[in-house]
This record gives sequence, structure tokens and C-alpha cells, in this order.
Amino acid sequence: MSNHASTYEPKSATAKWWDERLPVPRMMHDQFVDFPTPRNLNYLWTFGGILTFCLVAQLVTGIVLAMHYVPTADDAFNSVDHIRRDVNYGWLLQAMHATGSSMFFLAVYVHIFRGLYYGSYRAPREILWILGVFILLAMMATAFLGYSLPWGQMSFWAVTVITNLFSSLDSVIPGLGTGIVEWLWGGYAVSGATLNRFFSLHYLLPFVIFGLVILHIWALHVAGQNNPTGLNIKTKSDSLPMYPYAVAKDAVALFAFVIVFAWFVLFLPDYLGHADNFIEANPLVTPPHIVPEWYFLPFYAILRAIPDKLGGVIAMFASIAILAFIPWLDRSPVRSTKYRPIYKWFFWLFLFACLALGYLGSKPAEGVYVFWARIFTAYYFAHFLLVMPIVGSIETPTKLPGSITDAVLGKSPGKSGATGGGGVPAGATAAPEDR
Amino acid sequence: MANLWQFAPLKFSTRLHAFLRNLGLKAAVLLATGNMACGTLLFDDDPLEGGRSMTADVEDPNRRDILVVAASAFSAVGAASLIWPFVHQMNPDAGAQALASAEFDLAPVQVGQAITVMWRGKPVFIRHRTAEEIEAAKKVPVEDLPDPLSRNDNEPGTPATDANRTLEGHEKWLVMVGICTHLGCIPKGQTLADSKGDFGGWFCPCHGSHYDTAGRIRKGPAPRNLDIPPYTFLSDTKIRIG
Repeated sequence: MSNHASTYEPKSATAKWWDERLPVPRMMHDQFVDFPTPRNLNYLWTFGGILTFCLVAQLVTGIVLAMHYVPTADDAFNSVDHIRRDVNYGWLLQAMHATGSSMFFLAVYVHIFRGLYYGSYRAPREILWILGVFILLAMMATAFLGYSLPWGQMSFWAVTVITNLFSSLDSVIPGLGTGIVEWLWGGYAVSGATLNRFFSLHYLLPFVIFGLVILHIWALHVAGQNNPTGLNIKTKSDSLPMYPYAVAKDAVALFAFVIVFAWFVLFLPDYLGHADNFIEANPLVTPPHIVPEWYFLPFYAILRAIPDKLGGVIAMFASIAILAFIPWLDRSPVRSTKYRPIYKWFFWLFLFACLALGYLGSKPAEGVYVFWARIFTAYYFAHFLLVMPIVGSIETPTKLPGSITDAVLGKSPGKSGATGGGGVPAGATAAPEDR
Repeated sequence: MANLWQFAPLKFSTRLHAFLRNLGLKAAVLLATGNMACGTLLFDDDPLEGGRSMTADVEDPNRRDILVVAASAFSAVGAASLIWPFVHQMNPDAGAQALASAEFDLAPVQVGQAITVMWRGKPVFIRHRTAEEIEAAKKVPVEDLPDPLSRNDNEPGTPATDANRTLEGHEKWLVMVGICTHLGCIPKGQTLADSKGDFGGWFCPCHGSHYDTAGRIRKGPAPRNLDIPPYTFLSDTKIRIG
């Protein structure tokens, strides 16, 4: 879609001068003002903008907090206290940053499930999707590194447990895992050296995410946005200019999101954290019940479901890595789950399995919890490896609307399948868009 | 342009419309903004009212105007006020402000000796001046001084006489922030081995500023006399700075 004809016309002599040298205003106009967006986007499509807001908010508050935070084992815990009590508006900035990570993950999970439901990962958006998987990985790494910084009990033991995941490699090559873990720690246990390097990396990774996001948006603007029908934009009436239509809608959703965000920041700043993290890190005492932040719970449940150290670690990383392969695992002739009568049920089952794994991850690893964690872990992988290819192959989609316009105006389903064009990913790539 | 309503269910907007009407917001916004015909409308029609053109006029602003103006105003004020915490966080924090005053015992400081104490992270020179030093300082006519002001936070705006550079009844004690008013170096002159400059007070080695026995600039690039912090004597030998 980035090849839609440019409608930018420099109005002043200065604008013209710039346009001939560095046409940034032209790019902004063509990509973010006059960019054609499907006219049927629903509110689930506003989360891209919300996530951009989250990233910027985390960057700005993080840069500010780094002006006051001290990354040493002796002073880290007290410096967070200092930020919350002494620094002007530190109570607000610290709460925004800590709560912001939860809001970021909340938004990214909605964004991911929207992509899963409407088939946003299908051709020609595979690279767009895979970039998203890398962004998710970088987000998880950043959140984990950041969680170590307050240097409370949960911070310390989260670092200990998660870095120890690599020690499972000892069962492959004796000494390999221990070597990696000591390299990560910079010592023979988690120490101030670990904290200092984690702070450095926690500052670095958000800028890596920022770069990935630029590529993600670039890829989005080449393929164009997916939409609830999964059909391509074929005629001018299928789309609306991004400004003001999509921008206004994004703004409404962002306001609603910021209200929730602000509610947590102002009224429940520590609700999403753990009481144990108000106790300074103590290498001699492990808290009785260690749980990660809520956004890691499903993965934590998968880790603990596998009764083998290395196997659990592999399963946990595989649960994210497998997302990169779903553009090719999904064999359905249509993109959107809206037109998939069988797969629809599996989608909701998958969402339920993820929520259930989240619940189970917060429970002790014993008895019935482990049993159910294994069931849902099995389904998590089966969904991608069995349901996606098999249901996609055998299912007959319901009739697709003839176009986005038809879907919007409520016309009865017209030609479906191959002649409809956009609904079929393979056909979509073959048929150039008519704009 | 009915397609706009793909973005919001009609029912909700109908109810919102009725709600705003009941509140009399139309009138309120009209009064507040005065001019609704400024052409800033995001949306150019109103399906509920039969798709009017975008020339909304002063007499009849539509619901879109109210929403756009109200939302824009709220977000502009909100965003602007959110900038302040991000600026103010760099100002001295409560911990730094708590160091704003400090007390010192001057009993061990003999005549002719000087000590340097820390106040707000800055060096403060306290010299127990000899009678000759006080006499030398008093002899200088204020008109001959490059900086005629006392620069004394306890007596702001007064001329730079020796009396105005000290506290009444405690003239033997000269208390100054020991930072050269040129570019912030620390002048020499506190210890016996130091060069005290051409006027027997202090000498800044960075760019050659000479201060006299009342800490007044006499020669060199410094523009002002050494600053005198706010201080009081709690007793004859006990001082509180700040």
C-alpha cells in the first residue's frame, strides 16, 4: 500500500525545498494522513496506536527514572524508595513506569489475539507478524530485566530462577549451562554485578524495540491493514483516509485506555506488584511462593508443566517461537475466523487455554494444578500444530462478502472464495489491488 | 458520508446526543468558545440531522463541534499539565532540600585561621580575621571596588562595605560561599601555604581573580564579590548556615 499514489503537495516554498531534499513531510502525509485504511476496522484495530503510546510512555518515564535510580546492590532498593518519597513527582513517575509494563502487555495481548482471530498473520503479512513475535520477545526480556531493578525479594529471586533456566543446558553438555549462568551473573550467584548489567541492558532493549516497531509499521504499510473480513481493499470505496477517520477512532480508544491506565497509576499503583518486593533482596532467604508478574504466568505454567528441567525450558521458549511459524501452519483458504464455523470454536478454546494457563501459573506447582497445566499446555501446542493445519484443510468457510464495502453496507454475501479475491491469501498476492 | 458510522454504533451516539442536549452543553460550548465557525471540524456531517454540510455556524453548532472542542481542550490541558512532573523531577528533591541548613561550631578556629565547611554541596569559607585584615578591608572606599554591592543574602542590595559583608557584632567572622564568581573554581587562600593574591584575601588560580580580606573582587575577570550565604549566630561560636 506504500505504493499508493502520493497526494502530498508542498504548500510553501520551504515545504517544497524540503520535499526535494528530505521528503519526510511527504512520507508522513502519505503514510499517516492520506493512507488508505479499510473502512470496516473495529476497535480491536486501535491497539497498534495504543501500543505505540505505551512504548513512548515507558521510554519517557524510564529515561526520567534512570536519572534517580542507582544500580548497585547496596543502593538500588533504597533509591527506588527515594524516588517514591523524595524525588519531585517520583511517586507518579515510578507508578507510571511500573504500571506501564502491565498496560503494555495487556495491550499487546489484545493486539496478538486480534491478529490470531482475523488471520492478520496470513500472506502477505508474514514478515509483519514475525517482526511482532520479535517485538514480543524483546518486550519480555525488557520487562524481566526491569523487574530485577527494584532489588526486592521478588526481583532477586526472579532473576535467580530465570537465569537458572540456562543451567538446564548442563544436561546437554556438562558445564555449559553453569558457564552461561555464571557469565550472565558476573559471579557465582546473583549479585550487584548482575544488577548493574541488567540495568544497562534494560536501558538498551527498548530502543531495539523501537527499531523493530518502525520495521513493523513499515511492513504494515507495505501490505496494508487487515480488517474484520480479511478481504483486501479493492476499490476506493473500501477504504477511508487514515486521517481523520482512523486517527479519530484511535484517539477515542486511547482515551479509554489511558483512563484505565491512570486508574491503576493513581489508585492502585502497587496492585499489580508483589508485597514481597517491598523487602530488600536477601540472598539467604527465598520467599515461600515465587510467582512472576501476571503477564508471564501462562509461560510460567508451561515451564512447570513439563516434568523435566530442560524440557520445561524448551517448551516455554517454544511456546513463543511457534508463533513465528503460524503463517504456514494455518491452511485455511480464508483469513478471518469470522467466516470459519469450525475453527471459531477452537479459537475461543485456545483463548480459554491461555487464560487457564495464566491462572494455573499463579498457583503452587502441585496436585491438580499440575494436571490441568499439562492438559492446557498440550492444547496450546496442539492448537498450532494440529488444529490450524487440519481444521484449515477440512473446513468449508461460510460465504464471504463480495468486498469490504458490501460487508459494511450489509449486502448479502456475493461471490465467495477465489473470485472474491482478497479472502484467499494466495489469490490476494496474485491479484494486484485496484486503487 | 454515512460510512463514518462504521466507527460507532448508532444507538450509542444517539443516546450520547440526547444526553448532551439535556445537559445544555450546546449552549455552554457556544458560550465558552464564541466562534464555532472556525473550520476546525473533523467531521463534515451529522447523519442524525440529515447530513448537513460542514458550514456549522454560530447559531447552530452540532454535536461534533462540541465533542471535538471538548475533547481537544481536555487533551491539550491534560497533556500540557503532564509535562510538569517530567520537568520538576529534575529539580532538587526532598533529600537535597533537607540539606538546606547546617550548623557548625567555630570555637576551635583561632584568630588568623580559616575553615572550609560544606553547605548544600558547596564549600563555605569561614575565616576568623585578624584585626589588621579587618582594618585593611575597612579602609577601601566602596567607589574603588569593581562590584559595589555587598552580595550578602542577609542584607541584600547594600553597598559592599566591610560591615555589610559580615553580621553586626560578629565582624571578625567572614562567611562566604567559596566559589569564584567567574566560572565556579574554588579560590586559594584558606591555608597558610596558599597564595592569597595581591590583596591578602583569596586568589583564584583558574583565571587569576584576586579577592581582598572581605572577599570582594579587586582584580581579574570575576564580576561579583564572593557570595555570602544566609546565616545566623546561634551563640558566640555556633553558626547556622542556610
